[in-house]
Amino acid sequence: MASVVFNNVTKTFGEFTAVKDVSLEIGDGEFVCLLGPSGCGKTTSLRMIAGLETPTSGRIEIGGVDVTMKHPKDRQISMVFQDYALYPHMNLADNIAYPLKVRGEAEAKRHGRAREVADILKIGHLLDRMPSQISGGQQQRTSLARALVYPSQVYLFDEPLSNLDAKLRLEARGFLNHLQRDMGMTAVYVTHDQAEAMALATRIAVMDEGRIVQYAPPIEIYRRPATTFVANFVGNPPMNLLPVEAMTVEGAIRLKAEGLSIEGLPVSQAAAKAIGEGGALMLGIRPEHLAIASGGEVNTISGSLFANENMGPESLVTLERQDAARFTARIFTDDEIRLDQRVTFTFNVSHVHLFGPDGARLPLDGE
Amino acid sequence: MGDYFSRYFTRIGFSVLASIIGALFALPLIWFLFAPFNARAELGLAIPDPFTLSNFVTVFNNAFAIRGLWNSLLHSVGGVILVGIGATLAAYALSRSNLPGKRAVTYTLLLFSSVVSGSAAMVPIFLIINSMGLIDTHFAVILVFAGGLLPTAMFILRDFIDGIPRSYEESAMVAGASPVQSFFDVALPVIRPGVVVIVVWSFVNIWGSFLIPFILLRSSDKMPAAVAIYSFYSEAGTPIVTLLAAYALLYSLPVIGLYLFVSWRFGFRFFGGIKA
Ligand SMILES: Nc1ncnc2c1ncn2[C@@H]1O[C@H](COP(=O)(O)OP(=O)(O)OP(=O)(O)O)[C@@H](O)[C@H]1O
Ligand SMILES: [Mg+2]
Repeated sequence: MASVVFNNVTKTFGEFTAVKDVSLEIGDGEFVCLLGPSGCGKTTSLRMIAGLETPTSGRIEIGGVDVTMKHPKDRQISMVFQDYALYPHMNLADNIAYPLKVRGEAEAKRHGRAREVADILKIGHLLDRMPSQISGGQQQRTSLARALVYPSQVYLFDEPLSNLDAKLRLEARGFLNHLQRDMGMTAVYVTHDQAEAMALATRIAVMDEGRIVQYAPPIEIYRRPATTFVANFVGNPPMNLLPVEAMTVEGAIRLKAEGLSIEGLPVSQAAAKAIGEGGALMLGIRPEHLAIASGGEVNTISGSLFANENMGPESLVTLERQDAARFTARIFTDDEIRLDQRVTFTFNVSHVHLFGPDGARLPLDGE
Repeated sequence: MGDYFSRYFTRIGFSVLASIIGALFALPLIWFLFAPFNARAELGLAIPDPFTLSNFVTVFNNAFAIRGLWNSLLHSVGGVILVGIGATLAAYALSRSNLPGKRAVTYTLLLFSSVVSGSAAMVPIFLIINSMGLIDTHFAVILVFAGGLLPTAMFILRDFIDGIPRSYEESAMVAGASPVQSFFDVALPVIRPGVVVIVVWSFVNIWGSFLIPFILLRSSDKMPAAVAIYSFYSEAGTPIVTLLAAYALLYSLPVIGLYLFVSWRFGFRFFGGIKA
């Protein structure tokens, strides 16, 4: 196992810059998820660690060694491809054992090792089959077995679960989590599924248009998203965002918006300074931090009922405000919620997020 | 009711028409199979009576003709090896490398290939081969065939390789394979169906060619079957049907054999794609 370091790495394809000046440190034994929307440069970053893509500028280190110009074969890494890349002309045993064959291991030894790994992954009974004769979930586990069959410094995953159906995906995710706890491997895992990143990562690097917008442990990303982009990307359903008018009155900050009532917001000095005399801000509240008001609450937001979706253990209630903006609350109850046409949500000020006009987070008191 | 009958008769009419067309196509084939075994074969279709191998005996006694079959095999196998290896390596490089202008190279080659192997280029080709001192050598014939077929073969193969995900070789290299290892262990087996198509296609092409060996070769003992077949024409230019039929059958056997072998061994199919 080893650490991975990006030093001001940039990658351009012709005119287009896919990765912009990324610096990132992945500690030994960390499981880092690269999270972001399609086309933000996750795969390109991963391929640069593997050596399948050469940075246009900058430096990449694995285990303290500069590998920027090294061939993939000299990097001692493993990679699970999104399409699995199982060799169609080899049976599973040969597929899994291929990295050992390249390393010059004798056939008996490498097949023995392939069987060990395959048994752990519960595909031991399929070793004689060809890749086209097994299911998608089994193909996924075969490619995982091929990555685990030899000792590696870093394990790279490019959306390894995206071709699985929802149920298999959960199962495979749990298995990867278990594996990480078991082996303590250094892993870089690309995904655009925020739930996957939250579940697996020790740290998440959220990417947008080739840049890293936030690099922090999952809980930190959830509690204190650095920008509205992160706030919107992490969480399901995403954080509710509302443009508000802010002004400073006698040292305290007041927020104003149609249908919103809020008091006692603990704004830090830094935030107060950023707001100054006043201006347009973005207020954010996660759906799970909203509740249906019963009357008499101080902090509320109201609008007309837009949707009421019962999902079993929870319900999603959405209200629509006059400016057509919507607010969704996630209510944890398996009772049916009965609502009038007019809906009011209530919330705790400690759950409020504030973002400046540039989308950057304004720290609240105690952050 | 009327509708039913009209549909009925349409079907009958259609079947009759199809049978007539089928028969038209089958007749030459039947002649081709029967005539060699008929000592009195003519251009008309006739069941051999008696069934005889005497035509073949005469053909086998014609050293020039039998030698021709051997020469054809020599040219074809030589050309196929050159085209197969050359096209595979070149197409792989054209597909996988990031060379600037590789697209232009491919299209230019394709354009020139139709010129190079065409009759229009026969004079320059003759002059080039002549100044190289290669006139009347098998090597010259093989070289010219390969040169004519390579660009098209490269073009077909490159398209085929473009359709194969790079992640096969990439995963091999990440796993520790050198580029050469990943080519032989992973890429080549996956593109083999494409190579087989190229091999069969170039074999058939060379096997049936007349003009190039006819112009580049002098000695009769080097001529391929496509030229040697003219030894079964009389001085006046009329074909000796009996011998011609027997020789034609022999001449077509290697090609049929190749098809059978390939479809038995490789099945003219690609590896069943992997489910996504
Ligand atoms: N070989 C290439 N040539 C040109 N542009 C490329 C190349 N590879 C990637 N790009 C571009 O770089 C950008 C980032 O691509 P990348 O594959 O890293 O995205 P991603 O974050 O992995 O997206 P996804 O979630 O869709 O896989 C994309 O806009 C893509 O079009
Ligand atoms: Mg990607």
